[in-house]
Amino acid sequence: MNTAPLQGTHEHPLLRDYFMDTAFDEMFDGDGAIRPHYAALFHELTTLPPEEIRRRKQSADASFLMQGITFTVYGRDEGTERIFPYDLIPRIVTGDEWARIERGLTQRITALNLFLHDVYHDQKILEQGVVPRDVVYTCQQFRRQMRGLRVPRNVYVAIAGTDLLRLRSGEFVVLEDNLRVPSGVSYMLTNRRIMKRTLPSLFRDYGVRPIDHYPQALLATLRSLAPEGRPEPTVVVLTPGVYNSAYFEHTWLARQMGVELVEGRDLVIHDNVVYMRTTAGLKRVDVIYRRVDDDFIDPLAFRPDSILGAAGLFNAYRAGNVTLANAFGTGVADDKALYAYVPAIIRYYLDEDPILNNVETWLLTDAKQRAHVAANLDKLVVKAVGESGGYGMLVGPQSSELEREEFRRRIEANPRNYIAQPTLNFSRSPCLLEDGSIGPRHVDLRPYILFGDKVTIVPGGLTRVALRQGSLVVNSSQGGGSKDTWVLGA
Amino acid sequence: MLSRVADSLYWTSRYLERAEHTARLIDINMGLMLDRSRLSAEGRWQRVLAAVGATQSVWTREAEPSTEPGEWVGVSALVHALCFDTAKATSITSCITAARENARQIRDEISTEQWQRLNGLFHEIRRLRTAQPSERNLAEFLPTIIDGVHLFQGVTDTTLSHGEGWHFLRVGRYLERAWSVTTLLDLYQREVFRDDGMSDAGEYLEWVGLLRVCTAFEAFCRVHTAELTHERVLDFLLLNADFPHSVRYAADALQDALAAIQQQTRTQHGGELMRVAGRLKATLGYGQIGEILAQGPARYLRHILEQCREIHNLIYAVYIQYSVETALAV
Repeated sequence: MNTAPLQGTHEHPLLRDYFMDTAFDEMFDGDGAIRPHYAALFHELTTLPPEEIRRRKQSADASFLMQGITFTVYGRDEGTERIFPYDLIPRIVTGDEWARIERGLTQRITALNLFLHDVYHDQKILEQGVVPRDVVYTCQQFRRQMRGLRVPRNVYVAIAGTDLLRLRSGEFVVLEDNLRVPSGVSYMLTNRRIMKRTLPSLFRDYGVRPIDHYPQALLATLRSLAPEGRPEPTVVVLTPGVYNSAYFEHTWLARQMGVELVEGRDLVIHDNVVYMRTTAGLKRVDVIYRRVDDDFIDPLAFRPDSILGAAGLFNAYRAGNVTLANAFGTGVADDKALYAYVPAIIRYYLDEDPILNNVETWLLTDAKQRAHVAANLDKLVVKAVGESGGYGMLVGPQSSELEREEFRRRIEANPRNYIAQPTLNFSRSPCLLEDGSIGPRHVDLRPYILFGDKVTIVPGGLTRVALRQGSLVVNSSQGGGSKDTWVLGA
Repeated sequence: MLSRVADSLYWTSRYLERAEHTARLIDINMGLMLDRSRLSAEGRWQRVLAAVGATQSVWTREAEPSTEPGEWVGVSALVHALCFDTAKATSITSCITAARENARQIRDEISTEQWQRLNGLFHEIRRLRTAQPSERNLAEFLPTIIDGVHLFQGVTDTTLSHGEGWHFLRVGRYLERAWSVTTLLDLYQREVFRDDGMSDAGEYLEWVGLLRVCTAFEAFCRVHTAELTHERVLDFLLLNADFPHSVRYAADALQDALAAIQQQTRTQHGGELMRVAGRLKATLGYGQIGEILAQGPARYLRHILEQCREIHNLIYAVYIQYSVETALAV
């Protein structure tokens, strides 16, 4: 990979290590000129004294610590809590770019909900061979219990967090749809709060579109999905408990919406009605924003060894007495193999071309594609279809021969379990580095989409950063951080 | 309020009260051991064990296969275990750990200040906890516990809304206090109180010790002067209306907190709990020491303990572990 120091007129000591290559840079264009919407930010950064920047960074870090904004890392000491690393320099998205993203995401979520309804009812799309039957039926997230079951407003995915990348051309593409229990929205909102305190005047001058109404929008979405005949529905957030990596977010969302945060053991199901156990007696629950995976939510319907859910919850759901958001079985639509068919799904249901494209994907169940992937493992990224959070993946160019051999073996043993994609040189955004200088790091973007009586996408999202130089993995569990995302007015 | 949250609040404060009580019990008895007394070291520490509700067998050294019973472990090993042994549910470290674990489950329901105090105390204990018993270590450990719990209580009263959750914390604290002081009085009345009303120096020391365990020595002297008789000691610790470590005070506070909870939840199943809490309050409020002594203090104290147990069971039945059928049958 050719990297060159930044050319042009911006020879500022802070930028001494700034480099550019074929990847899209969010702040500088191909000639090393500042993109117009970054000019004011650039000016602020280069005129603030370094001590002042350091001081603001420290005060931002302290805010995170004080608020206990932490996540838990699995596979280390039990209950290791860490602060989510935070970068001070915002990522800026123009109004036009956002308009396209918003339309693209709305189109995508609409089509995927239609797809889920079809798959669990008439299966026209399978009959017509647009999506092969075996892709759906071999998906571990396909829930046959959902066949023929009606869900309120036919909304399966009420809350999604879609990961976008920006390619060399500047085009945003979809890397994956998170349609089960996407997390990170609390970071989006706390990043913003801290940012407003860190760079207040710059923030005001930019005219950044607000995102703070997300909790109300979420509550309105959840209420709109309440079972019929429940005009004043009781909404709760269901958490797996204090040891879950996103527990902070669960408590935070419950508090921001002003609803109870419950665990499975707080719920009682009687005559197919769900209640929560309170000191004032049983209180009926109408809508559950569940942050527990399908498998664990009801030991009677799914995994019998689960203690995180509530026995009988699925039957109450089937009886239409409670709404779960998201519905069961949405994982079939964000399976990484099914992902390859999403453009076709959009065309099939909406008769439109996808506004946001997919990343090229090889399906390993196909012998020809598999052979291609096996021969080019050192250039590709291989992902397990059911995993998330950056676990169980191989980044070809950064892997050893031993690791590649291991993946070849695993792919041969279970080709349906993996997909391959090209190693994307996705966009970089300027970040404040440890030594106080500014350098480019890879970023993605996860906007949060709400789908109830209407589609709501708050203008913004979580921009995740691969803080290690050269790293392409942005997941918080793998050393990633985040930064505030500023969407400008149109 | 979710039942689970109420449950965790209740146990957080019960465990803290218990840790503080045990710490003072150890501290005072270590001091008393320095003086000559009628009690053997073993007898004294057996009483301490009984006061924290530990069965003796667990605390004696494992018996050799042939010899029975197990050998007495010795004071320093025992004290060390009472403070630090996490395998024993009654040790101070276990109590603090359990209190923190309960609070952690409901991190959001308590104030940040409360959590910081409790979490700080927990980490302080981990620092002081060592494999080998040492006097220096204990001299630092016991005051740390007592101060830590006092701080938590102060912070609780000044930073948490005095709503339902706060009342559940009070219920836990005062029920535990009523229980532990009554248990202590029961043990002392069996061994130390004698009928003649006269006392020798050794007995005097034991009474002072008992009062000190309940932080009551100064308050007692202010009412009765330093002239200790078993009747006065029992009267003060059992029936004094104003002293916060007396059983009566705890019962009043308990009844008050339960009534506040009843009023907030408006549950229709709380009648029996209200009756039993009120009866305990009345038993102590209208109790008279002469009568109690005449009828035998053991019986009276046992009766108090039974009522405490009944209150605990009813709290669970009304607020925490009620059956679905009861809750829906209104």
